[in-house]
Amino acid sequence: MAIFLTKDSKVIVQGMTGAEGMKHTRRMLAAGTDVVGGVNPRKAGTRVDIDGRTVPVFGSVREAMDTTGADVSVLFVPPPHAKAAVTEAADARIPLAVVITEGIPVHDAVAFQAYARARATRVIGPNCPGLISPGQSNAGIIPADITKPGRIGLVSKSGTLTYQLMYELRGIGFSTCVGIGGDPVIGTTHIDALAAFEDDPDTDLIVMIGEIGGDAEERAARYIADRVTKPVVGYIAGFTAPEGRTMGHAGAIVSGSSGTAAAKKAALEAAGVSVGATPTETAGLVLALLAETPGNPA
Amino acid sequence: MDLYEHQARELLHDNGVLVPRAEVVDTAEAARAAAERLGGRVVIKAQVKTGGRGKAGGVKLADDPAAAELTARRILGMDIKGHTVHRVMVAEPVEVAREMYLGFTLDRAAGRFLAIASAEGGMEIEEVAARRPEAVARIAVDPAEGVTEAKAAEIAVAGGLPRETTETIRRLWTVLTAHDALLVEVNPLVVTRSGAIVALDGKVTLDDNARFRQPSQPSWDAADDRARDPLETRAAAAGLGYVKLDGQVGVIGNGAGLVMSTLDVVAGCGARPADFLDIGGGASAQVMADGLGLVLDDPDVRSVLVNVFGGITACDAVADGIVRALDTVTLTKPLVVRLDGNNAARGRAILGQLAHPLVHQADTMDGAAARAAELAVSAASAAADTSAASSDTSAA
Repeated sequence: MAIFLTKDSKVIVQGMTGAEGMKHTRRMLAAGTDVVGGVNPRKAGTRVDIDGRTVPVFGSVREAMDTTGADVSVLFVPPPHAKAAVTEAADARIPLAVVITEGIPVHDAVAFQAYARARATRVIGPNCPGLISPGQSNAGIIPADITKPGRIGLVSKSGTLTYQLMYELRGIGFSTCVGIGGDPVIGTTHIDALAAFEDDPDTDLIVMIGEIGGDAEERAARYIADRVTKPVVGYIAGFTAPEGRTMGHAGAIVSGSSGTAAAKKAALEAAGVSVGATPTETAGLVLALLAETPGNPA
Repeated sequence: MDLYEHQARELLHDNGVLVPRAEVVDTAEAARAAAERLGGRVVIKAQVKTGGRGKAGGVKLADDPAAAELTARRILGMDIKGHTVHRVMVAEPVEVAREMYLGFTLDRAAGRFLAIASAEGGMEIEEVAARRPEAVARIAVDPAEGVTEAKAAEIAVAGGLPRETTETIRRLWTVLTAHDALLVEVNPLVVTRSGAIVALDGKVTLDDNARFRQPSQPSWDAADDRARDPLETRAAAAGLGYVKLDGQVGVIGNGAGLVMSTLDVVAGCGARPADFLDIGGGASAQVMADGLGLVLDDPDVRSVLVNVFGGITACDAVADGIVRALDTVTLTKPLVVRLDGNNAARGRAILGQLAHPLVHQADTMDGAAARAAELAVSAASAAADTSAASSDTSAA
C-alpha cells in the first residue's frame, strides 16, 4: 500500500521545464514514477523528451489533470511564484501537492496552506525533499537507490537525515519515506504521517525524525500515546544547538526552553517511543524492535 | 532577522503608530546633544537584540542633558547577555497612565498568525501567561481576511484593552503583512495621561525569505557586523550557512538536519563542535572548497569533520572541493572525511589518491565523529603541553 503515494499515482511537475525541474523529473522517471506531464503556461502544447520518454507540457494544472488523470503535483517553482502555483493546484483540487521549493516567505506559506486546506489539497512541504514509496513511486528529490521496498514508515523534517536513516536501514526497506520539510509553516505534519502509517497495512514500524524548534514533536508524542499502536522509534537533531540561532532550516531555532531537543526527546520517551542518540543508534533500535516481533525477517 | 528597537520604532512610526520622539546615537556627547533637543529629561536605552535590558541596567532615566551624557557613557560598551552596546536610543519620557501588551506572532502549529493581547503590559508576556493564563488573549487571524475593524475590536475586547486601541491593532497588522514580519510586538503599549495610545517599546522580526520583495528592509549594518563573529560575516558574504560555536571540532556537512545531528554526535564523543556549516544540497566543489577554507581559518578549530551523505550532492564533487581547498591552504589540522551516498566510491578514490597524511577517511558517521573528536582532544592537549613547555623555558 504505502501512504500518500503509490504505484498508481499519476504525477505532474509544476516548474518541470526549469533546470531543477528537468533534473529531478528525469530522476523521478528513472525511479519508476509515472510522470504524466509538466505545467508551464508559456510552453503549453509542447513536449519534452526525457531519456526516451515524451512528457507533454500543459498550460495549467486543471488541463493536466483533465487530460491525464494526474493526482499528484510536484512543485519546483521559484519562491516568488510558489504561492500562485500552489493556489492553482488547490483550485484544480489536486489531492496532493509536494512543494520542494526552499525559501518561500512565511506569509505566502500561511496563505497557501490555508487555501489548500479549504480545498482538500494535501500539501507536503515546502522546503522538503518530497516522498518516496520505494519500488512504487518517487515524488520529489529523494534518491531512489538508497533503499528498497519494505515495511518501515519514515517521517522527517530533514532531507539528509532521511537519507541517512534510509541508508542505515537499507537491508530492511521502507513502505514510504516522507520528508515534511524544515520550514516553520508546513502542510503535512508528523501527526498526519503517523496517522497514515498507523492505518497502512504495509507498515509495521514507524521512524520519526525531528529537530529543534516549535513543538511539533511534543504534539506528535501526545498523539502517539493516544492513538498509535505500532512501534515508533524516534531521533531528534539539535542537542548542541545554541539558543536563538537559526540552524540552517528556517524553523530550526530554539527560543528559551521551548523547542529544545532535550524537551522533545523527553516527550517522546514519555509516550513510549525509543529515541536514539545518533542516527546509527536509532537504526539499531529499529532492528532490535523488529527482531522482537515474531515472524519478522529482521 | 530581528530588528533593533530603534529600527522597529521607525517601522511603527512609518505606519502611523504613535511612538515617543527619539534619536539614536553612538557616543555620550551625542546623547547629551540629543537630550537637549528632546527637552532635557530623557530615557537612555541600550540598543541590543536581546531581552532583559532593564534588569541588566541598560535602560535608565536621565534628568537633564548632563545626566544623559553620563548615563550614555555608562551604557555604551556595556555587555548585555553577550551583546555589546554600540548605540543607545535617547527618548522623550512618556507620562504613562496604563501599560498593556499587544503583538502578532506566528502560531507554527496552526500555520497562522495570532494576535496576543493583554491588559497587563510592561513585563515579559511569557511570565504573565505562565502566572495568569486567563490574562493573555490569543486570537487567530484568518490569512484571507486579515485584521478587519471587527477583528481588531474582537482582539481589544478579548485582551481587555480599551476600544481606542483598535486603530493601533490594525496598524500593527499592516506592519506585519506589508513588511513580511514574523513578529511585531509592542510591550508596553501605553495609554498616556493625555489619553494617547503610544508604542513605548517595539520588537520586530523580519522574514529573511522575503528579502527579494522587501528591498528597503534594513540590511545588516555596521553595528551588526561588529556584533557578529568575523567568520560569520565572511560566511554570509560567501553565501554559506554557517554558525560559529565554541568548541574545537570544525563540522561541515550537507543538509541542516544532518549537520545538526553531526554536532550532536561529536558532542557525544566528548568533544565540542566549533561550528555548524551546511554546504547545502547539490553543493559544488567550489562551495566545499570555500567552506573548508573558512573552517580551517578558525583558530579554535583543532580538527575538521566532513560528514556528507550524498543525496543530490555528489561525493566526488565534495572530494574535488577538498582537493581544491588544499591547493591554496596548507593543511596543519587533521581532516576526517566520511562520504556516503551519491558517487561515494569515486569521492573516496579521489581522497585516497591525494594520500595526504592529515586527511583521514572513515566508513561511518559515528566512526568519523569519534576520530575527529579524538584528534581534536589530542591536539588540544599537545598544544597545552607546548605552552606549558614554553612557559617552563621562559621561567628558566
